[in-house]
Amino acid sequence: MTSLDVVSLSRLQFGLTALYHFLFVPLTLGLSILLGMMESVYVMTGRAIWKEMTKFWGLLFGINFAMGVATGITMEFQFGMNWAYYSHYVGDIFGAPLAIEGLMAFFLEATFIGLFFFGWEKLSALQHLTVTWLVALGSNISALWILIANGWMQYPVGAQFNPATMRMEVTSFMEVMFNPVAQAKFVHTVSAGYVTGSMLVLSISAYYLLKGRHIEFAKRSMTVAASFGLASALSVVVLGDESGYTAGENQKMKIAAIEAMWETEPAPASFTLFGFPNLEKHTTEYEVKIPWVLGLIATRSLDKEVPGIKELVAHAEQRIKNGLIAYDALEKLRADPSSATEKARLDATAADLGHALLLKKIRADVRNATPEEIAKAAWSTVPAVSPLFWSFRIMVGLGFYFIALFAVAFVLASKRQLDRYRLFLWAALLSLPLPWIAAELGWIVAEVGRQPWVIEGVLPTFLAVSSLSAANVWTTLTGFVVFYSTLAVVDILLMVKTAKAGPGAPRTEPTVRLAAAE
Amino acid sequence: MFDYETMRLIWWALLGILLIGIAVMDGFDFGIAILLPFVARSDVERRIVINTVGPVWEGNQVWLILGGGAIFAAWPLLYATAFSGFYLAMFLVLAALILRPVAFKFRSKLDDVRWRATWDIAFFIAGLVPALIFGVAFGNVIVGVPFRFDDTLRMTYEGTLLGLLNPFALVCGLVSVAMLTLHGANYLALKAEGPPVVRGMRIGRMAALAAVALFIVAGIWVAYGIEGYSIAQPIPHDGPSNPLLKTVTREAGAWLVNYRLFPWTKAAPIVAILMLSASALLLGKQRAGLALLASGLGIAAIIATAGLSLFPFMLPSSLDPRASLTVWDTSSSLLTLRIMLAATVIFLPVIMLYTAWVYSVLRGPINEAFVKEDTHSTVY
Repeated sequence: MTSLDVVSLSRLQFGLTALYHFLFVPLTLGLSILLGMMESVYVMTGRAIWKEMTKFWGLLFGINFAMGVATGITMEFQFGMNWAYYSHYVGDIFGAPLAIEGLMAFFLEATFIGLFFFGWEKLSALQHLTVTWLVALGSNISALWILIANGWMQYPVGAQFNPATMRMEVTSFMEVMFNPVAQAKFVHTVSAGYVTGSMLVLSISAYYLLKGRHIEFAKRSMTVAASFGLASALSVVVLGDESGYTAGENQKMKIAAIEAMWETEPAPASFTLFGFPNLEKHTTEYEVKIPWVLGLIATRSLDKEVPGIKELVAHAEQRIKNGLIAYDALEKLRADPSSATEKARLDATAADLGHALLLKKIRADVRNATPEEIAKAAWSTVPAVSPLFWSFRIMVGLGFYFIALFAVAFVLASKRQLDRYRLFLWAALLSLPLPWIAAELGWIVAEVGRQPWVIEGVLPTFLAVSSLSAANVWTTLTGFVVFYSTLAVVDILLMVKTAKAGPGAPRTEPTVRLAAAE
Repeated sequence: MFDYETMRLIWWALLGILLIGIAVMDGFDFGIAILLPFVARSDVERRIVINTVGPVWEGNQVWLILGGGAIFAAWPLLYATAFSGFYLAMFLVLAALILRPVAFKFRSKLDDVRWRATWDIAFFIAGLVPALIFGVAFGNVIVGVPFRFDDTLRMTYEGTLLGLLNPFALVCGLVSVAMLTLHGANYLALKAEGPPVVRGMRIGRMAALAAVALFIVAGIWVAYGIEGYSIAQPIPHDGPSNPLLKTVTREAGAWLVNYRLFPWTKAAPIVAILMLSASALLLGKQRAGLALLASGLGIAAIIATAGLSLFPFMLPSSLDPRASLTVWDTSSSLLTLRIMLAATVIFLPVIMLYTAWVYSVLRGPINEAFVKEDTHSTVY
């Protein structure tokens, strides 16, 4: 049996490296599009300032992009390194979107990004613009395939268990591709990226206006950021990915946990604005509720029920019992692969096999589980309620703040008064870190909300790890923390330095002096 | 469409092509990084060397990322076993791969001698470590790796990081470093102008000599010093991907069986030696383009030699030989292999076309004037 220590350490390492990677991804998504827009204006109007804007924001884009790529390789390798059983168990489905992402998207952005920087003199204006848009296209398609992979972890459609190979195998790639959860996630995630990109441009431009430098440059940049940011902030909130949370049983559990909604309410369910989830008593204290809102968010309707945690736990218990039949049939089938009876029993119950595996945490011989153990396993399907409850509320609050901030910016931009109110400029500058906080919280809601599953309803997280020693994982975890922290400091210093230097700053060139010195 | 057996063969070949893609495309980036401290003596020279790969390394690196993704998708058990088995070695590779982009991007952004010197060392390490470890990994695959599966196909690995550094694997690691150094020197000669090229030519030719010599040593070692693996009873080529359904024996000389069964396969090692030697000669005659082509073919032939010797094995287990991963019991399902093949057939030619276009746009030498002309930090 794999020890729990390795599981927690592996989760910690994956969580930290993913959160770190996700510091760079949203900015790549958003800024690439903004670069395309700015350069389009340059090509259409021929005004040099728009080229200068593209080049300057491109500089920040480049530093960020390199970090995104570097930390992304870690993510791809870690599935095999730390989650070997996961890789075996679902690689047949999960590997394909990752590989196609490389073929279709990543080659595109990575091949053309070099040309974006080195191609200004070598390409016509229109050619260079095409290159910029190809980088943006590549980044965004890349997000699509990664979220198809991630969406499948949340809602595993189009696959079934094969007892001969002891793994899940794909039955319909179309279902995997057009997974409703993946679609919802894609729209929500890229919109969040666009907000992040817009905020970077808005904040740094506000800084220039506060300092009274690069006025024309900053105003134009802000105008682009305000319009794109407003549209994106509306999209990220309105097209939030709760719409995907109705797709499956476990997605429903996620939204019930986000809401700390213990009991099923008659439709349309109310939204708990505030309260303190009490995990022992299974209630939420001091609730402040807004009628109808949750029903609207989650089901986009007034007549569909949103089930509560207790009801979903009861479902889980039934599925565990059903899953034990599948488990029993599988064991017998492995002893005698030709048995048609057991094959039929397994086929009938295979969808619940994963639920029986939840018992593995409690006892190895799951077929002898007592009713109490089954009830305990059923309650283990409830993810950590409090972190979800709070992360979600802060994220949504930030989302509404972004709409307000970009709306103000948009109004000021249309009145040509962007440099008039210092309070607004300060607010814009100080808001710089907020999209990152919202994005990280969004990731926490999505992935902590998926627990205890690594693939919802199919494979519990604690079974997915590699058979590594805790010492090995400690070594790499420490390595990542030290290494990543150092890089973060250097990266931020460099970004701040580049931003402070501002557009058109001449390169401080040591080469001649150095060469002479040697 | 093709049947399961054919699809498995196709994906075995595609895995080879991917590995060759990594070694040939990303390989000269690694080679350039290894050469940096030995061929450049001033900051201008160092920037010339770095900028030869400046605009293309990001695209080249995708071969590696695609390699990871494609192994995951087409050979999930191989991906799971190799990546978790070689855990700490993979971490070292990762650390190097993270260091490299950062070294590229950060190095020339600050005007400070020590800052740049630090990143130059990082850049060198980021080239050397993956080149060495990939070779060492190949060496370990040839001698067998200590892993086993339980009956739910959960893998346990019983080796250590230091265990990977056995003498044969180290020879393979050095072959890899030497061939990529040669490849990098050829690329440098093609792209750069100035003193680094001359120094690179000298080192590149020595590297070619070393690569050929070590490759021959490794070959003799495989023939006389290493037990190969063979499948005892024939297994179905379209059976389920479960490696525990066969028996495997170990015997001396088993890695040479394919060369007797299919004599055309002898071409791989011969081409490898000829091409690496030719590359050294061409580099000496300042025919850098042809030298680069020859080193690329030589690298491809070396990887092909390893793959053909092992076939149908992909990752033999020294601990429990029947758990060895082979072409016939490690793949994804037929449907996944087909979908992935369709995606590859559609996108790989497109990738090659636009990559070729990018290289043609970026043609032209990197010299002192090039790095000094730049005024907006867009060049490294």
